[in-house]
Amino acid sequence: MSKLVNSIREAIQLSGLKDGMTVSFHHHLRNGDFVLNMVMEQVAAMGIKDINVNASSLFDTHLPLQEHIENGVVTGIAADYISAPLGKLISRGILEKPVQFRTHGGRPSDICLGRTPIDVAFIAAPTADPMGNCSGKYGKSACGSLGYAYADAMHARKVVVITDNLVPYPLMDFSISEDFVDYVVTVDAIGNPKGIVSGTTQITRDPVGLVMAQHAAKVIQNSGLLKDGFSFQTGAGGASLAAAKFLKDIMLKEGIQGSFGLGGITGYMVDMLQAGCFKSLMDVQCFDLKAVESLRTNPNHQEISAMQYASPSSRSAVVDSLDVVILGATEIDTDFNVNVHTDSNGYIMGGSGGHSDTAAGAKLSMIIAPMFRARLPIVTDRVNCISTPGKDIDVLVTQGGIAVNPKNQELTQRLKDAGLPIIDIHELKEKTERITGKPKAIAKGDRVVADVISRDGDLLDQIYNVK
Amino acid sequence: MEIKKLASAGTMESSDAYVEIEPAQGVCVTLESVVGQQFGEAITAVVKEVLQDLGVENAKVRVVDRGALECVIRARVETAVVRGKGE
Amino acid sequence: MRRSMLFLPGNNPNMLINGNCLGADAVIFDLEDAVAPDQKDAARILVRNTMRYMDFRGCEIIVRINSIDTPYWKADVDEILPYTPGLILLPKTSCAADVLEADAYITEVEEKLGLAQNTVGLMPLIETAMGVENAFAIASATKRVQALFLGAEDLTADLQCKRTKEGREIEYARTRLVVAARAAGVAVYDTPFTDVNDDEGIVTDAALAKALGFTGKASISPRHVEVINSVFSPTQKDVDYAYEVMDAIALAKKQGKGAISLHGKMIDAPIVTRAQQTIAMAEALGMERGM
Repeated sequence: MSKLVNSIREAIQLSGLKDGMTVSFHHHLRNGDFVLNMVMEQVAAMGIKDINVNASSLFDTHLPLQEHIENGVVTGIAADYISAPLGKLISRGILEKPVQFRTHGGRPSDICLGRTPIDVAFIAAPTADPMGNCSGKYGKSACGSLGYAYADAMHARKVVVITDNLVPYPLMDFSISEDFVDYVVTVDAIGNPKGIVSGTTQITRDPVGLVMAQHAAKVIQNSGLLKDGFSFQTGAGGASLAAAKFLKDIMLKEGIQGSFGLGGITGYMVDMLQAGCFKSLMDVQCFDLKAVESLRTNPNHQEISAMQYASPSSRSAVVDSLDVVILGATEIDTDFNVNVHTDSNGYIMGGSGGHSDTAAGAKLSMIIAPMFRARLPIVTDRVNCISTPGKDIDVLVTQGGIAVNPKNQELTQRLKDAGLPIIDIHELKEKTERITGKPKAIAKGDRVVADVISRDGDLLDQIYNVK
Repeated sequence: MEIKKLASAGTMESSDAYVEIEPAQGVCVTLESVVGQQFGEAITAVVKEVLQDLGVENAKVRVVDRGALECVIRARVETAVVRGKGE
Repeated sequence: MRRSMLFLPGNNPNMLINGNCLGADAVIFDLEDAVAPDQKDAARILVRNTMRYMDFRGCEIIVRINSIDTPYWKADVDEILPYTPGLILLPKTSCAADVLEADAYITEVEEKLGLAQNTVGLMPLIETAMGVENAFAIASATKRVQALFLGAEDLTADLQCKRTKEGREIEYARTRLVVAARAAGVAVYDTPFTDVNDDEGIVTDAALAKALGFTGKASISPRHVEVINSVFSPTQKDVDYAYEVMDAIALAKKQGKGAISLHGKMIDAPIVTRAQQTIAMAEALGMERGM
């Protein structure tokens, strides 16, 4: 038998895709991804309509979806993250049905539980063999981990692997195995390597970012969690990376050997692994070339699926064993609810990704954010959208002080004893407004454009259109 | 104080404002701001206040605000006025 | 207390408005080298407004004005003096006459504003060979001078040598400035360490400055502030010893003894002065007596 087909169009035909069905995509190729657009172009050309797109994330490069929405090819979107250009269109009401936002843990959970069935999964694979064994570690479009694609591969009715590096059977060291794959298609390029992974990232030179990072490292140092066996996740933002750098300095100085680093893995986490700060890295997604290289060559750098990473319905997930996570926020309210979905004018420009999952799992969930961005205070009375509920957030680090969630009295005391600048979140809000002035509330539309679904499957909040 | 020529001050960098001023009849302020919804009225009011304090009664002012604090907007407007009076 | 002083470019709103959150004891709003000639007016007004409208409690504001051989410096003084900066940093000070010229104008403006004379202190920036040779005369030129400040970048250009991380080329200037400042009874601050990514280099460089007798050290990056603060803070051992000294003195007084010794060492006036300074600093930092 052969699973090789001649074109994406042929694969779509063989898969039996029809009006009203659901297709899925992973986002490991990030803003360099060609696959979603190539597939949807064929779907449109074949005259198929009313398609639901379930993608783990959508980036700027996926803006051609606009045309497919306008032409009725795409009528529903589910994603964990949608970047600004497409987000803005959705906020203006381009889609009739509200977008379904989930988390990186909630998405595979709902797929595995059959709540969000997928008809055809299209899996961009940097390397594959003719039977569909595939990997992200090798090839010109290497992206490292394929963690977000596992649930789709295992549960979709039909699975199409799309690759630009077909190797002879059998591919060793595969991530997704042939037993899940129906068809394999080769194309010239699945993505633009420049958009897939970044080069080395410099730690921020922004003074505010550096100060916040120093505070963050000290919060961790004094949290009681920084000891042998410590586990840690951080994002790829400038201040978060700087915090990782300062944390590394502390761990090396004090001779602390952590157990694992988790997440979206950057070169900084690889540095920490190599320096002996961690015994291992658990990697659901690689952010840069150094991470890809490490995943390929270092046996202590382990690829994990999104289910293992964060699914609340897995028998266990790595986030449940996590000590500390550093996260961002566009807004946080005095109840510590965090918004990472919408910008200051209410437009969609992001999403939870792993935010709520890691916040729920980690013993210490820390938000790093400046007191204000472009004159807008970070702390509000009520966030415009609850992405992660305040009960899961322990501490907010700003350049103007550190606010601890009152539910965590022990941490407050520890940080006070360490001489850190602790401030009540209400006071921090007032302090900030004395600098910025009090902003007028933004006008909210009257139509829901997105449902924010919590990792457990409940409706957490709704995002309204922007007029 | 009389505005005699077209002048500008500030930058388009984040947290700054770019201000252009030119001779006109009466005061006219136009504002383009990343925080227009939240602070638009406050910014326009403060621009007018600075003009009044400096005795500018005739000027067309264009402000492109990139999220500047009020003290920064005041500074950029004042600088533009000083430059526009052309000494 | 000025352990650390952080330079911030005078025409950059984003840097200025966050200056008080960067951990430095003092910030230096720079109207000189960090500002292009055609933006001097804009920076001056921006810095003045920052001083006027922003709350910088807990962080002293120092302003580096333009040097007295430029057409800008008097306007700089006019704008900032009403908002009483902690110090004025006067670049390219090469002789006592430079100080006197600046002092005369500042006095004039102070009078106009109804401020007492010497309300605003002066910190000459020594960054020429001539300035180094005249350091004591500069430091003792007028009462307004409260500190000397070493600027190694311009100095090494004037010395026609290369500025290195090790700083052998500025050894003489450093020790000369410390001696001159101490002889004149004023504070003395060390030049910034300019490699912002060298986390070890800054530790060595700050420790050297401390060992040579500098009061504190300037910085061009907030990344260096914490190291500088820690190097120039008294250690718990320093603080405990200072309290012991004060205890020994109190005891000797009570017993009517003239000569005082502690751990077999004579305690003389300089030791007492230093103990008092250490305790004052410890109190400002919220450090308590240990043991």
